[in-house]
Amino acid sequence: MSAPTTPTGAFAPMPGAAPLPRMVLAQAGMEARLMLRNGEQLLLAVVIPVIVLIGGVMGSDRIGLDFTRSAVDTLTPGVLALAIMSTAFTSLAIATGFERRYGVIKRLGTSPLSRSALLAGKIGALLLVEVLQVAVISSVALALGWEPSASVVGVVLAVVLGTAAFAGLGLALAGSLRAEATLAAANLVYLLLLAGGAVVLPMSAYGDFGEVVRWLPSGALGNAMREALNDAGVAWRELVVLGGWAAIGTVLTAKTFTWE
Amino acid sequence: MSEPPAVSVDGLVMRYADKVAVDELSLTVERHTITAVLGPNGAGKTTTLETCEGYRKPHRGTVRVLGLDPVADRRDLHPRIGVMLQGGGAWSGVRAMEMLRHVAKLHAHPLDVDMLAERVGLGDCGRTPYRRLSGGQQQRLGLALALVGRPEVVFVDEPTAGMDPQARRTTWALLQELRGDGVTVVLTTHYMEEAERLADQIHIIDHGRLVASGSPLDLTRGGSVTTIRLVVTRPFPPGSPASLRTALGEAIEVVQLDELSLLVTGPADASTLAKVSRWCEDNGVLPESLTLGQRNLEDVFLELTGRELAP
Repeated sequence: MSAPTTPTGAFAPMPGAAPLPRMVLAQAGMEARLMLRNGEQLLLAVVIPVIVLIGGVMGSDRIGLDFTRSAVDTLTPGVLALAIMSTAFTSLAIATGFERRYGVIKRLGTSPLSRSALLAGKIGALLLVEVLQVAVISSVALALGWEPSASVVGVVLAVVLGTAAFAGLGLALAGSLRAEATLAAANLVYLLLLAGGAVVLPMSAYGDFGEVVRWLPSGALGNAMREALNDAGVAWRELVVLGGWAAIGTVLTAKTFTWE
Repeated sequence: MSEPPAVSVDGLVMRYADKVAVDELSLTVERHTITAVLGPNGAGKTTTLETCEGYRKPHRGTVRVLGLDPVADRRDLHPRIGVMLQGGGAWSGVRAMEMLRHVAKLHAHPLDVDMLAERVGLGDCGRTPYRRLSGGQQQRLGLALALVGRPEVVFVDEPTAGMDPQARRTTWALLQELRGDGVTVVLTTHYMEEAERLADQIHIIDHGRLVASGSPLDLTRGGSVTTIRLVVTRPFPPGSPASLRTALGEAIEVVQLDELSLLVTGPADASTLAKVSRWCEDNGVLPESLTLGQRNLEDVFLELTGRELAP
């Protein structure tokens, strides 16, 4: 039971939490790096959207889709919406599911990082990755002759609310299933929404069913992006829908959240 | 006002479904000590530790760490403690040093990460992804993560499990240095030797209950107590422990370990040994071995619980 002999010893206690912004930035940077380092996540984040864009533009006349504008103008906003959905929902759900499995959430649970700071870090990481995705996909689209007529407010609101809606749902999914089941479910939902959720293709492509899919987070985000990038408008109604999904996701996440 | 103890647990009860994991446990950890919570697997060590760390709410009783409630006061408490989990706790793709740097950034005055990596013996695996680290390397990183924020109290759960003997000794030296620098170390272990060598205070728990507390010297009564381990070739006749105790006298304890072995504890001397042989002869028991030793924590545990400590 020796008293502290050398208060200046190498391990002499000097505890304290880092300032909140530094913690959030560190967490966001770390999670973004890990996301970009992971091949499968990168495939989902950039490669698939770019393939959908190029494939859609090249093949649109052959499959006889009747767009009122050029194919690249019609498809690019939806492909951007798809990219956001893949990051904020699928990648986040899978990453969080495995963080729980590997005890990362538990480990961070006794660090100075609070639950809300952890969440803020995750959202920061998503926004960082999304900026990269938007840059890559927009460059490809511009090379294919994209001529957007954009409302910056509309785009920013759509991206932020779309991210919030999908992140809330993704975290709720990761909180309620095992890691492997989260992986499967998040990919399945992604494919279903890609095919039938009015993300890439406008609602009009779905006929009467379009009235249903516009209430899905995918349809709402796709429409909001199209409105903001094709007509320089702000799609208030779809933004409200996204806000509603974000609220549902937040409540579900709060209910399912545990440090383990 | 005197400063509150590092840890005080009072009447803690923890249940999982219908199983009681911790049963009316009370113990105190004084500051600037190494305190070991010793017990077999499943005794409730990890549950107790995780309650101190704020992962679980007590079902009954109270837990205070540095005078704070680990759940309600987590914001104030967590920067002041360091936690080494029993396993895991890092992204599978993160590099060892990257993880250490990341956790360092969450603290106001972190230790120098290169110094720390060297001290825990991370050596040249700093760029290795977590999933490719060996079990021992993962343990060392876990210890570094617990220390990097310069905590007042560190909780280490089975710190040397999976380490080779050399790494184990390095870790022991490091934990002793921590105490010297004023850090309180709370460790769980089922290695008797670890507790005996390191700890100032030992709390022995079994089935979620505290069975004994004290310094290693107190618990073993400083080597003044001798043990005789008697192993025989055929199972003992019924009632053997009682009849042997009668033959040996009052101050002697006899515990049956299994059907072929007995443990005799007390101020035994040559005449005790002679009495044991005579008892064997009288009862038609053929000794296979008769081993004399000083009472260690293993024996204390056996006497208290009738079971072996190590699985």
